[in-house]
Amino acid sequence: MTSENGLSQVFEITGRDFNRAGTISTKIKEILQEIGIAPSIIRRAAIAAYEAEMNIVMYADRGKVLLTLTPTALRLDVDDEGPGIEDIELAMQEGFSTATDEMREMGFGAGMGLPNIKKNADEFEISSKAGEGTSIDIVLYLNQEVQ
Amino acid sequence: MNHYFHSIRIDPEKCDGRMKCMRACPTQAIRVRNGTASIIEEKCIDCGECLTVCPSGAIVPLTDPVGELSKFHYTVAIPSPALYAQFGRQILPNEILAGLKELGFNDTVDLAFLCGEVSFAIQEHLREYKGPKPIISNVCPTVVRLIQVKYPSLVDHISPLDIPRELAAREIKKEKAKEHGLREEEIGAFYITPCPVKMVSIRQPAEKEKSYLDGAISISDIYGPLLSAISGGAKHKADYRESLESICILGIGWAIVGGICRTLRLRNSLAVSGLTEILEVFHDIERGKMRHIDFIEAYSCWQGCVGGSLTVENRYVSYNKILKLIETLEFEEIKACPDIREVRKRYAKKYFFRSGVLEPRPLKPLDTDLASAIQKRKQKQDIYESLPKIDCGACGSPTCLTFAEDVVIGEAKLSDCLVQVARASIERPGQPAGSSRSKIVELKPPGPKAKSKKADRRKR
Repeated sequence: MTSENGLSQVFEITGRDFNRAGTISTKIKEILQEIGIAPSIIRRAAIAAYEAEMNIVMYADRGKVLLTLTPTALRLDVDDEGPGIEDIELAMQEGFSTATDEMREMGFGAGMGLPNIKKNADEFEISSKAGEGTSIDIVLYLNQEVQ
Repeated sequence: MNHYFHSIRIDPEKCDGRMKCMRACPTQAIRVRNGTASIIEEKCIDCGECLTVCPSGAIVPLTDPVGELSKFHYTVAIPSPALYAQFGRQILPNEILAGLKELGFNDTVDLAFLCGEVSFAIQEHLREYKGPKPIISNVCPTVVRLIQVKYPSLVDHISPLDIPRELAAREIKKEKAKEHGLREEEIGAFYITPCPVKMVSIRQPAEKEKSYLDGAISISDIYGPLLSAISGGAKHKADYRESLESICILGIGWAIVGGICRTLRLRNSLAVSGLTEILEVFHDIERGKMRHIDFIEAYSCWQGCVGGSLTVENRYVSYNKILKLIETLEFEEIKACPDIREVRKRYAKKYFFRSGVLEPRPLKPLDTDLASAIQKRKQKQDIYESLPKIDCGACGSPTCLTFAEDVVIGEAKLSDCLVQVARASIERPGQPAGSSRSKIVELKPPGPKAKSKKADRRKR
């Protein structure tokens, strides 16, 4: 998928910046609405983007989301610089979380973030290096036929 | 494209193009071109923010004059409980209802009682409800339209129960038609409204073909005549306690934000007022952050319906009046309350449910062709990056981002950006402004052109 015939936009996220948390997924949602993507797909994309954004805000030092949109697919490439995930398989399990009490008090850290991203995506890839960072790439198909 | 009816009109003769409405609009539906404001119909949700801030009185609400009554054989006034909060404690609801009759209505309906019934019905509904949570109250038509336009994925959250004013009109028409041997069309049901958006929900209901109501008369229009009708009719003065007997404690709270939740004693409910606050809450619902909340009541006006732009009393004062009234009712142990068993019976018969289906009303995309829409969004971003991003509004669009969109769809020209024009002339001080970037500078700023004649006239 190239961005030649599509739109691509980068959003920077600062770790631990809870004041602005959620603004990126809102922006992405608005872009998709303006383009006229189906509401059901927008909703899935917005939830995935939000969870990915919150993961960066909660755990990483900084990160970015690259939104790429072509007439057939919507892609989110999320990369962060941070502690990384030691055991990805474990992190993908529902209910598993390393969130602090403080984060849980704010309503996060239910261990649903990564599973939720995967659930809302048609393609999902995750890789991580402990001490360096995590990268998540997801794709949502825009045409029903592609599925 | 559908044509949308709106309760707000801008009078181009009175408009001075001062842009306050454009900046206040929460959905960026207003543009100022050639010194005059206009509303983009499909974006407007009839919240009335523009009406409140207009310094020239150019934005007028479209409600019915009292004269509309003569069209019907029999007329009924259905006042919003917010009307009760416009008067002092010595003027109680039963006198207000009597006063309305003196103004020419054949009958009146106290909506508070029906509000109470709907409160019970909401409780019933929540007990068996298995759909997406939270349920969002549909009492404020602006909120319903906001969801249809900006949060289409939340349409399924909107309460399926009809609003008290519609139910009241439906029932009273049946009843009076029988009583007086009239056809239902011969009976006019008029809502006494605290805000202009109710007019829209009557002329163009969000979910059905036709409203049961026939019109809306603004509280501010009727207040003066009503006050003199009440003070003139001393014969209606009744005993204080007796006057309270008819007021439903559950329903009176519908006039203020938090009133429904408070009287229902729901454990997991939220009450929100003011559009900016509502936007934040709706964002959170969309992200799935509010699934533990059962019910949300949201009003576009601060403090709820008592804060409507067509009320007379200060919204905080009238908010307090409703609270005091509820307190008094509690103290006097007045329980003019609907019978819960009766409500349950009717709930089971679908008495309280809306007839139509609410559909999302998402904004028109940049282009109907997906590939072109993507290209246009890209262009919009590129233009936006070149703009000063200070949202000064001088171009006539509320923000730099909306301006970029207006340029892409051909509603504005890049040269309308005065900041860019000014920068261009500073960068090339020696040259006459038009020489190198003629496309940008030869155009005059958008504002005063059309206005200059008018302004001159005033000076003289």
